[in-house]
Amino acid sequence: MRSVRILLVEDNPGDVDLILEAFNECRMPHEIEVVNDGQEAIYFLRKQDKYEDKRSPNIILLDLNLPRKDGRQVLEEIKNDAKLKRIPVIILTSSARQEDILKVYEQHANCYVRKPVDLNDFLTLVRKIEDFWFSVVELPPVV
Amino acid sequence: MLKILLVEDNPGYIALTVEAFKEANMPNQLEIVEDGQEAMDFLRRQSPYENSERPDVILLDLNLPKKDGRQVLQEIKNDPVLKRIPVVVLTTSKEEEDIVKAYDNHANCYIKKPEDLVGFWEVVRKTEDFWLSVVKLPSL
Repeated sequence: MRSVRILLVEDNPGDVDLILEAFNECRMPHEIEVVNDGQEAIYFLRKQDKYEDKRSPNIILLDLNLPRKDGRQVLEEIKNDAKLKRIPVIILTSSARQEDILKVYEQHANCYVRKPVDLNDFLTLVRKIEDFWFSVVELPPVV
Repeated sequence: MLKILLVEDNPGYIALTVEAFKEANMPNQLEIVEDGQEAMDFLRRQSPYENSERPDVILLDLNLPKKDGRQVLQEIKNDPVLKRIPVVVLTTSKEEEDIVKAYDNHANCYIKKPEDLVGFWEVVRKTEDFWLSVVKLPSL
């Protein structure tokens, strides 16, 4: 069973911990890489800077409100890149603003999920992401 | 009331999908079109669909009569108003080329239809659960 490679783009350390903890319960083999701002996300995906040897993720969890480069900008760059655009991007953010939701779908985010506040809700959410994206969905091949 | 457009020509899959969505937790309304041209007429509110309501999610088979699902996907995702609508590709093809092309053309996700009824049922239920209950949709 192939391992799913996840890139988590999240600056809030508490949220990073919750998400990693939730993924620990994940039954599918997986590897998570974490970057804490939008610029690092782009470097990682383009295999620049210290990320030359990194393999592309099969799926990206992207917060919108990020330092250095905003998540909305990161999304736009990914979805306008010929090689990166195929990677599913799940927007995972605390914003519930309708205009944010609309804009990210227009920018071809694959889906938009509201970030939960407690561990139990994170566990449920991650399990649902896992159930759908790691076993029902065909993820695109990446290098 | 969440509105789903099912673009599917196989009566068996249609029947199963209808049943699966009847059991959904969220109230929903499923509209069905059976070829790619009907799909675009529906979405563009062209005759005979002048009064159609835009769906919140589209389930799209790739192999369709009249206009292929791959073409439908491109037309939806290149349309300034329609492109926001999540498109779940649900198809019998597991060809890597189809998968890559669908994602490159901004399919929101790609699902291979299981060959058995139980498997298909499970997949539709999980799809409905994820897209109607977990995800925040653009139209609401």
